[in-house]
Amino acid sequence: MSDSARRSRWFWLALALLAAAALLLPFLVKNYRVFQFNLVLVYAVAILGLNILTGYNGQISLGHGAFYAIGAYTAAILMERAGLPYWATWPLAGVVCFIFGFLMGFPALRLGGHYLAVATLALALAVPQLLKHKAIEAYTGGVQGIVLTKPEPPFTFRFLGQPFNADRWLYFVTLTVAVVMFALAWNLLRGRVGRALIAIRDHPIAAAAMGINLPVFKSTAFGVSAAFTGVAGALGASVIAFVSPDSFTVTLSIFLLVGMVVGGLATIPGALFGALFIQFVPNIADELSKSAPAAIYGVLLIALMYLMPTGVMGFVRTLWLRHGPGAARRPSAGVATTGVPAPPALTKET
Amino acid sequence: MSSKHWHQTLAGLAAAVICVGAAAQKKYDSGADDKEIKIGAIHPYSGPASAYGAIGKAIGAYFDKVNAEGGINGRKVKYIALDDGYNPAKTVEMARKLVEEDEALLVFNPLGTPPNTAIHKYMNQKKVPQLFVATGATKWGDPKNFPWTMGWQPNYQSEAKVFAAHILETKPNAKIAVLYQNDDYGKDYLKGFEDGLGDKAKTMIVSKITYEVTDPTVDSQIVTLKSSGADTFFNITTPKFAAQAIKKAAEVGWKPTHYLNSVSASVGSVMTPAGPENGIGIYTASYIKDPTDPQFQKGKDWDDYVAWFNKYNSSGNINDVNATYGYTVAQGLVQVLKQAGDNLTRENIMKQAASLDITLPRLLPGVNVKTGPDDFYPIEREQLARFDGKTWVLFGKVYGR
Repeated sequence: MSDSARRSRWFWLALALLAAAALLLPFLVKNYRVFQFNLVLVYAVAILGLNILTGYNGQISLGHGAFYAIGAYTAAILMERAGLPYWATWPLAGVVCFIFGFLMGFPALRLGGHYLAVATLALALAVPQLLKHKAIEAYTGGVQGIVLTKPEPPFTFRFLGQPFNADRWLYFVTLTVAVVMFALAWNLLRGRVGRALIAIRDHPIAAAAMGINLPVFKSTAFGVSAAFTGVAGALGASVIAFVSPDSFTVTLSIFLLVGMVVGGLATIPGALFGALFIQFVPNIADELSKSAPAAIYGVLLIALMYLMPTGVMGFVRTLWLRHGPGAARRPSAGVATTGVPAPPALTKET
Repeated sequence: MSSKHWHQTLAGLAAAVICVGAAAQKKYDSGADDKEIKIGAIHPYSGPASAYGAIGKAIGAYFDKVNAEGGINGRKVKYIALDDGYNPAKTVEMARKLVEEDEALLVFNPLGTPPNTAIHKYMNQKKVPQLFVATGATKWGDPKNFPWTMGWQPNYQSEAKVFAAHILETKPNAKIAVLYQNDDYGKDYLKGFEDGLGDKAKTMIVSKITYEVTDPTVDSQIVTLKSSGADTFFNITTPKFAAQAIKKAAEVGWKPTHYLNSVSASVGSVMTPAGPENGIGIYTASYIKDPTDPQFQKGKDWDDYVAWFNKYNSSGNINDVNATYGYTVAQGLVQVLKQAGDNLTRENIMKQAASLDITLPRLLPGVNVKTGPDDFYPIEREQLARFDGKTWVLFGKVYGR
């Protein structure tokens, strides 16, 4: 059996196991845990969006919480003020955020590296305050935010002794959207567009010389990234059933960045691990200490980054190359994990 | 049958009746049993409002004292304290954890208006008490629409009514200028103030100006208010803007009778930066005994407070009024649980919380905790205080219902 066939068999097996686990999960745990896993899916989509921009395209954003907020508010306003059904608001939130992200991409063309990071930080700081502005208060509800109604399941049944209720219904809805978003990202990033984005990240001048239109690619990457995070925000609004400016402070942006780095830069499945981290680790820190939960969180984060400097996916890849099938025939396998990580498929093609 | 037998039979019957009666009286919802009462609480231990985490810690420390002394009606309090970082999205998650996973009997003293708004509907759908919330918004006292939610401290509207009453008493012909933050908090205060003045509000208030929380200063607003010719000033601002307003008024030589909302009645973060000499004579309102005020550092209630602090809350700061707040609100809950007796259902908790008429040691003399089926505002009385250049000096009678 050839190496690639073996690899693809492993891949499908892992995917099938993951799918089975994702489908069974909500019936194995309590309602409240279902709600938490729901948030994990939402954060995973948001982190995936950020990863398209920062991981693949090398544009650092400290302001993706702003796009998350815009997505959440777009969904909330459309649901509560315009009476749209919840599912119809997600694509619209994506479109609105794409426009905002695309526009943000223009100043980003002139700002590189750390300067861009600071500009996006300004966005994250400004959006919660702008949401309170009196000119739009009639729509946003000002500082009080908007209370939403949770979508009810269209049908109910019992499985493994657990009722199919609003939380479980929403879980499957979110799961479907997340799968679609991950498939979109996978299609986008493993082909020509993905290679162009990585080329821009690694060497913009060489990329331009190869005929890649830098301004178009960079601003579109910003727009697509914002759209992903905006869809996540819209999903999050339904899950939490409440939006307010205080839910989307600059901390959210930082957490998304942390999630991306923990999961692994420029990896698609890494978003899921990053989401698990930002959802559950603060709660663990809170249980360990009431006096300084943030300090405990920081220590856990440092420990993790020390153990897995290239994120969870980088770690997994190292293990795979060292101990997986065909490891013996790749003596120099460890080399691939130094520097900024990229999926093996990509390193091979570029 | 001999009379002796009769007596024994009767005694046995009586005992059986009493036992049955006692067993019938013991009623529990999830979160309570013969040994334990689970109380969930949500406070910001991290994030921008983490200073208020001291409230949550003080509540836990007070329950430690209660448990060490034998608990409430023989049951220990199990206190589950969670951190929401003042983020409403996180508050939802934490409230759901308390209700669905930990199965607490009630959610106690969640802090902040946005976090409480986020769980308002959920708690009432689940019919779990959201008891004694730590915010002054007026909407928490709405038993018709939200029978499972109850406030605690004086709400913004009742405080504004105290100021209005004082103005009507001392200066019935005042020309009043109002500066308020353009959000629900500012509007809540203004509404209470106008209600308090009643029919005279239209003629007495000569100028109303807003500022945005995003504004850098309120200097231009102060200049405009001065030019309105007002001789009385109601200052509805948060600490940073309160300090600016006091300072600017002194700079432009405007010396109205100045009422400052209790939100900003902090010597350290408002009066000192504004220049203490500029703040002499400003009025504010208060309901709790400030631990830094020498006049409240004596008597049995102070000794009890210090003893509790040193034994159970020694990691805190004794000068922090937030610890006094936590101590006091925990005493309020203990009273509710005592009243509930062996009927620890959520319905009975709300019923008992809505039939309080008590005083607590670290509330100001004359300030009480009083509720009723239609009155979900526990503390409504406040006393006025005047700034003497160093500290707030209480004076006059206690206002409010």
